[in-house]
Amino acid sequence: MKANADVSFSIAKGSIHGLVGENGAGKSTLMSILYGYYRADGGEILLDGKVQPIRNSQEAINLGIGMVHQHFMLVENFTVLDNIMLGTEGGFRLASHRTEAEAKLRDICERYRLDVDPLAKIEDLSVGAQQRVEILKQIYRSANILILDEPTAVLTAQETASLFEILRLFKDQGKTIILITHKLQEILEITDNVTVMRGGTVVGAVATAGTSKEELANMMVGRPIQSHLPRAPYNPGATVLEVDGLQLADAQQVKLLADIGFNLRAGEIVAIAGVSGNGQSELLEILSGMRLPTSGKLRFLDKDLPFAKRTDADGLPLAFRELGIAHIPEDRLRDGVVKNFSVMQNTILGYQDHLKNRWGLFNFKAIGARCAELLKTFDVRPANPDLRIGLLSGGNQQKVVIAREVLAKPKLMLVGQPTRGVDIGTIESIHTQLLALRDAGVAILLVSVELEEVRALADRILVMCGGRITGELKIEEFDTTRIGLLMGGMHKS
Amino acid sequence: MNNDLPRWATAFVMPMLNLLSALLVAALVIYMLGEDPAESLGILVHSAILNPEGLSYTLFYASTFIFTGLSVSVAMQAGLFNIGSEGQMYIGGLGLTVAMLAFDQTLPAWLLIPAAMIGAALFGALWGFLPGYLQAKRGSHIVVTTIMFNFIAASLMNFIIVKYLIPPGEQNTASRVFAESGEMPRLSTWFPSLGDTPLNISFILAIAALVIYGVMVWRSSWGFKLRATGLNKHAAHYAGVSISKMIIIVMLISGALAGLGSVNSIMGSTHYLSLNFVGGAGFIGIAIALMGRQHPVGIFLSAVLFGALIQGGFDLSLEKPNIPTETFIFIQGLIILFCGAMENFYAPAISALLKRTKG
Repeated sequence: MKANADVSFSIAKGSIHGLVGENGAGKSTLMSILYGYYRADGGEILLDGKVQPIRNSQEAINLGIGMVHQHFMLVENFTVLDNIMLGTEGGFRLASHRTEAEAKLRDICERYRLDVDPLAKIEDLSVGAQQRVEILKQIYRSANILILDEPTAVLTAQETASLFEILRLFKDQGKTIILITHKLQEILEITDNVTVMRGGTVVGAVATAGTSKEELANMMVGRPIQSHLPRAPYNPGATVLEVDGLQLADAQQVKLLADIGFNLRAGEIVAIAGVSGNGQSELLEILSGMRLPTSGKLRFLDKDLPFAKRTDADGLPLAFRELGIAHIPEDRLRDGVVKNFSVMQNTILGYQDHLKNRWGLFNFKAIGARCAELLKTFDVRPANPDLRIGLLSGGNQQKVVIAREVLAKPKLMLVGQPTRGVDIGTIESIHTQLLALRDAGVAILLVSVELEEVRALADRILVMCGGRITGELKIEEFDTTRIGLLMGGMHKS
Repeated sequence: MNNDLPRWATAFVMPMLNLLSALLVAALVIYMLGEDPAESLGILVHSAILNPEGLSYTLFYASTFIFTGLSVSVAMQAGLFNIGSEGQMYIGGLGLTVAMLAFDQTLPAWLLIPAAMIGAALFGALWGFLPGYLQAKRGSHIVVTTIMFNFIAASLMNFIIVKYLIPPGEQNTASRVFAESGEMPRLSTWFPSLGDTPLNISFILAIAALVIYGVMVWRSSWGFKLRATGLNKHAAHYAGVSISKMIIIVMLISGALAGLGSVNSIMGSTHYLSLNFVGGAGFIGIAIALMGRQHPVGIFLSAVLFGALIQGGFDLSLEKPNIPTETFIFIQGLIILFCGAMENFYAPAISALLKRTKG
């Protein structure tokens, strides 16, 4: 298999260049070649007109190429300064070198208006600030070309805006930036030129000014994408789920959820927006029976959910499922599938007791037929029930999970990050599925950190921050700035 | 890594290559001992497989190993590395003995044998339950606790045998001989050509256990939950499996299977409980489970292989004075090294070869 085939593109000095493509389109492979992790089987890289064989990442660094990874490479309990010096300590005389380094760092901070305290510990910094440290590290090592891999995935709207300001400043200083992202809005907002990749090759290179979101999406997927999916008018039915005074504290008595209360009605999608790690995951875990709350009331179809006298959540997910609560977990590979099971086995995960005979043995014929039907209806590719699910792409794995849960005909569907790591074409089909479920009268609770997704699906939006619900909006009131403020913990005044 | 390889490669080619490597090293050592490796292998194969009496001894040893191999395998399906089959079989022997001492004067054979087997299974299960409970409820690692329970079992049995089970006036550290009605019927009763060997219906029971294991693990909803637990605890929890209950149940089964291993050793051969009668059968079960990849056919073949090594190795040392009896332990060690610790040793080479042939 070729991850990159005959890829050619050029980037102008002092510009911001976007690189977009679906998962598996070869973006990361390409950047890893630029950064010296992989070596290309053929072709050459020219830097300022000179051929440079980049053999390892040290050579890339020496050439002034810096990379900011999606997952930060920082030592949590070191200070900013220590992290930046790491690898460039300059031998024995650490103390004097540290003074020099600190001075240089403060200078850089000032020049690029990066608001970071060199003596703060990484673990005390917000995610946005940690990212600035990563960028700082690259500048400190005098990077002239900065590669950012999905930099906004973990940021709030405000943090994203301030990141873009920094990037513009870089550009003004003559530095070159390569931005890898799948968020087309950001491409349009900040880049000068865009390269689109699909299936390991470059399918388009355009100037940002002359393109549109639709055109980019079409290039990425290879077919037209509907930007607005049809949905029935908002007409919610009876209350399905009532949550009242829900609290969760961990073993150290740290409050993970505080006083959560909301209602969810049949035929509506309520989205929970928020930066990841603000209690949404815990909320989903409790509602699906995977974790017990510390206190609070949960009523489902006018009955209390059966967890009151329990000391652990063993077997509780099954009890909830039998009541009609289906769950598409946030972390697909951890909770949603068994990677080493076949696709067919994964289609019965959680429903294994429905498909046995009175001896407890499986009826493989029925399971096979059920699976074949499901793969066809939900267009899972390849439609091979015996393949290990770990070999499928993220999007197809997700389709299997969604198919399994939809097939159970739930009254309440809990959905966590349904399109994380899923490509645009599949996002469209997953969204269509969820909307069809809503129109059929299922109550859906959606947790998503993607505001685009929230906007595309939700009827009502709850915003969470620090384990609390900080605000509620109707979809007509959708406003990125306001949601961003609520996500940052500013209560509505 | 070997996930990239097709099934036939991981199921057949790799174990065969591993086994061949082990035998090659063994051949080298035999050569250095001053004997002809080819001739030695001939003697080993002939005495363990090719003559009916030898084969029946091989299968006798294999019967015990199938039970201990199953014991380790079933725990492995749940992701638990049960090192304690040795101790569980030892304690199982005590359960068997308690049943024998209580009933062998009163009950007829058709009741006595099942009673003794139940005793063995119950006591073995108890010895598996304790580490299982500690793992499930207290998080004590099963490897650590089962190792310790092997030692506890050894000391406990030492105490019980010496203090209570040695008949008055005897010196031998063993219980009294059980009544004849407690002997497992020998297969030579029906197949005289097998010769006067201890091969008994335990072998048939072992095969039955393999079949039940295969059906339960791969064809039942319980087995599905068991394997889900072993492969991904989070997903199993999501699927509604009670992980702690599953751990305890599987350790009960694992212990019971190990306990049943004592039936062949005691009721099929010695007819009394003696000190250290297990003799490493539980540890060999680990090697068998690893080499047989927890698959019924694999477990059977590995158990027969280890049975053949014991039987053939014994004869070999008789015929070749330069080769000590311990050689088979050494070959066994090599097989465990190559098939267990270095299981995926050839995986990169095979996958590279496959890539090249496919172009």
